[in-house]
Amino acid sequence: MTIKIDVDMTKCQHYGQCVFEAPNIFRLNNDDKLEYTAEADDSERANVEAAIDVCPMQAIFIVE
Amino acid sequence: MTKPVVIVGASMGGLRVAEALRRFGYTGPITAIGDEPYAPYNRPPLSKEVLAKEVSHEAVAFAQRPATEDVNWVLGTRVVSADLEHKTVTDSNGDTHAYSALIAATGLRPKRLQVPNGDLAGRHAVRTLDDAIGLRAALVPGARVVILGAGFIGCEVAATARKLGCEVTVVAPGVHPIVRPLGVELAKEIQRRHEAEGVRFLMKTTITDLIGTARVEGVQLDSGEQLDCNVLVEAIGSHANTEWLEGTDVDITDGILTDNAMRAIRTDGTVHEDVFAIGDVARFANPIFDEVARRVEHWNIPTDTAKRVGQVLGAKLNSAENWPSVLDEQFAPVPSFWSDQFEMHILAFGLLALADEVKLIHGEIDGDCVFGYYRAGTMVGVCGIGLRSTVQGYRAAIGSLAS
Repeated sequence: MTIKIDVDMTKCQHYGQCVFEAPNIFRLNNDDKLEYTAEADDSERANVEAAIDVCPMQAIFIVE
Repeated sequence: MTKPVVIVGASMGGLRVAEALRRFGYTGPITAIGDEPYAPYNRPPLSKEVLAKEVSHEAVAFAQRPATEDVNWVLGTRVVSADLEHKTVTDSNGDTHAYSALIAATGLRPKRLQVPNGDLAGRHAVRTLDDAIGLRAALVPGARVVILGAGFIGCEVAATARKLGCEVTVVAPGVHPIVRPLGVELAKEIQRRHEAEGVRFLMKTTITDLIGTARVEGVQLDSGEQLDCNVLVEAIGSHANTEWLEGTDVDITDGILTDNAMRAIRTDGTVHEDVFAIGDVARFANPIFDEVARRVEHWNIPTDTAKRVGQVLGAKLNSAENWPSVLDEQFAPVPSFWSDQFEMHILAFGLLALADEVKLIHGEIDGDCVFGYYRAGTMVGVCGIGLRSTVQGYRAAIGSLAS
């Protein structure tokens, strides 16, 4: 099982709060912009849900 | 019938604790009672992006998950009292709700200016969605806006109002904006960047009265000067919403005092096994820093304290065998916050206000920069303008102080 992750980049302000909740999925690049892995094993679901919770812009979604 | 877990407060903390209870295996009934008419929504954009655009509930509502679909939301209803002996709370409609466990998530409300001629239109606070809707309508190009208070919210509203074409004056008693948590050097620089964008600061100044008959037409300053304005924004801090617990034995000296499991503490120092507090209203000691209980008004605190209550109360309600060990686990959330003002993207971790020494550790003060905050030589906070990855790199070090 895999999950698909979507970030609304028109909302994302690159605060990077998600990075600490799901470090395997989200990271800030050298320009401090968010990069993420769009597909991950289902074992990452709890971490991604935690990242969704802490996103100040509520810009992260799991595509069901 | 099983009595529900009753959550008082239906904002982010209320939603997150309902989710956390489900995540930690509690399947019984949950009732959440909130005084605002809206389902839980995200407050930070109300002084920033959303205030600059169109404000609506839809734009800021939290997505709700299937796990909390069966939560009984009682909205537009204020809890007015609690009887902790008989385990009930009473709401503003006179209805009584029995609970198995009680979670206080009542948050804060803005302090308001108290002046003789205070009963005027045109005064605004910045806390709720309705506040933001009212303020957004007033921030038209050319509006003369006075902002009382130069903390984060005052400065965010100043930047947003300026970008919307308003004339903006910030009046505040401090020496520089946001100086108490940030320190003089960074605070001065933030003031300089605001001034470069056309925001005027009248520091070491307070408002002694308002001018006008039906609407605010100006403010009287303690310097003797008068200032014309048609919009007054009051951003002078907050009160903890604990009046509904008056008459109980809970310590509500400043917010609700809790132990490390977020359980409410009585005035005699003993712990309530089934009364919890989360979010801005909770006052608790964080092992990262020391044994002093503090209320922390930062972004991650409602979510982190909600998770802690979900873990503790979930284990208790399920009579889990690991219950005692859950209680013994150390809860040490790293405070985290950010602020956007003009082109400044400010990001911070820790408790900056505890520092006795502040040092520039990366970059240049007039560009992107990072400051370290130290107490007795140990880093207790970090704050940057830009350079987010660099700021983030210090978070783990601050968190590790707990162990």
